[in-house]
Amino acid sequence: MNPYEIFWQPFAEFAFMRHALIGCLTLALGCAPIGLFLVLRRMSLVGDAMSHAILPGAAIAFILYGLSLTAMSIGGLIAGLVVVLAAGLVTRTTQLKEDASFAAFYLVSLASGVLLVSKWGSNVDLMHILFGTVLAVDAAALTFLASVATITVVALAILYRALVVESFDPEFLQSMGGRGAWAHFAFLILVVLNLVAGFQALGTLMAVGLMMLPAASARLWARELPAMLAIALVIALVAGYAGLLISYHGDLPSGPSIILTAGMAYFISLAFGTRGGLIRRWLGHEHLEA
Amino acid sequence: MSHNHSHHLTNTVTQQQDAAIRLHNLTLTYHRHPVVHHISGSFMAGELTAIVGPNGAGKSTLLKAIVGLMRTTSGAVEFAHLKPSDIAYLPQQAAIARDFPLSVQDAVLLGDWRSSGWFGRVNRNARQRADAALSRVGLAGFGTRPVDELSAGQFQRVLFARLLLQDARLILLDEPFTALDAKTTADLLGVIAGWRREGRTVVAVLHDYEQVRAYFPQTLLLAKECIAWGPTAEVLTPTNLARANGMPQSWDEDAAICIRDESPPPSAPHDHALHQH
Repeated sequence: MNPYEIFWQPFAEFAFMRHALIGCLTLALGCAPIGLFLVLRRMSLVGDAMSHAILPGAAIAFILYGLSLTAMSIGGLIAGLVVVLAAGLVTRTTQLKEDASFAAFYLVSLASGVLLVSKWGSNVDLMHILFGTVLAVDAAALTFLASVATITVVALAILYRALVVESFDPEFLQSMGGRGAWAHFAFLILVVLNLVAGFQALGTLMAVGLMMLPAASARLWARELPAMLAIALVIALVAGYAGLLISYHGDLPSGPSIILTAGMAYFISLAFGTRGGLIRRWLGHEHLEA
Repeated sequence: MSHNHSHHLTNTVTQQQDAAIRLHNLTLTYHRHPVVHHISGSFMAGELTAIVGPNGAGKSTLLKAIVGLMRTTSGAVEFAHLKPSDIAYLPQQAAIARDFPLSVQDAVLLGDWRSSGWFGRVNRNARQRADAALSRVGLAGFGTRPVDELSAGQFQRVLFARLLLQDARLILLDEPFTALDAKTTADLLGVIAGWRREGRTVVAVLHDYEQVRAYFPQTLLLAKECIAWGPTAEVLTPTNLARANGMPQSWDEDAAICIRDESPPPSAPHDHALHQH
């Protein structure tokens, strides 16, 4: 096989591969920066929780309307927003911290989803919702992915400073009347939106991988936020492209291939990262004079 | 638990002169248990006031209530000629994510939030003021460094630079010198002295009595209730300090509901610990 056959022919030959590629790259545009803010705000597991939380919405829509992307996306979106709102409300009005309230609501939500699917659906459906099929991304799905990516990038540009300040020193923003809670809440909606966008292509569980792995990797390379954003984005884009190729040539499921590719980038970063990577730490015994 | 009335009478005089903040029979509670209990008095404008007292005396809580981060259970905080935007507040460091990838200059420029806000441009003037503020706290040339490389002392200097940029008329500091070395503390006390010369009002929660005696003309000695409030030398007496340190540390779970008169001046001393308002 020549390089053309390895790296491009699958996309040139098959429309579904082109759709999958564009879908993954579009998804990466939104997921990478969202994931980085999740990591920096120590909310890495909130992404995971939310991915479970949108399950019952998607399940109910699936039971009512069958395998309709629109219905399932709307259902997932509603379920996600309900959990975000409920968890936010509980955090602000009771003694519970945010992680505890998210954990409580997503577990209730996930259990409802599993109950619904096992009562009225089948295991195949559950597998589809959990792990998705990137190769079934059609034109309508691409439009949706593109819309979400656009909304995400524009919203992050608007929220950027407030989010940074809210992450760095929330009390300061609050004492300045900076309405950091709004930025936080808008950000959580973006998280839900991107997870919903991701679940057709990657499944609800895998979509989180495209958020967290590039972000966690980027943290190990850069020391400034813009550089981290750029690195996370590049890793997410490369993981999408390379993962699809591996999936095609190896006849492997696409979602896990993409996430494992991102996982490889993560392990490489862990080893070689210039900001706190393992090898740097082991080698860094010779200290400087000042 | 008795209530000191003498300070109340002396303070009515200063209240009419130049109070920056007046507390009217202020009570603050956690889970209905009072942490700050029926406090009345004034923080003098253009003066340095220290808030001193044992742990759990309600010092930080009082600052939070003044900033508006905490709801008052009863009573009121009244500002004389001060808008919320005139207040700068430096909390204890717990809530700040010091590993966040932010440069020192950006951290200082947060002090410009009132004019830059969510979207506004950070103009050249603000950048110059940030550089000047960094020089004033002894961190000239640190602007491009990431904050996660700073020591605790350097980080506190950065937060003081941010306060300088905020240009506030009232500055509230919560234990600003905890875990700092003598040199850093001395430098930052110099900054505070500068604020006094500029006519700003400073209220600081402190634990070092010698520091308070040397730098802070006014002191509020707090132990849930106000033990004494006035000129530092008259407040930090052995008798008062012994009374403050004798404050009960734990809540009385079976405490009766407090029925102390709501309108200042308070009624006769009585025993109580639980609030229902």
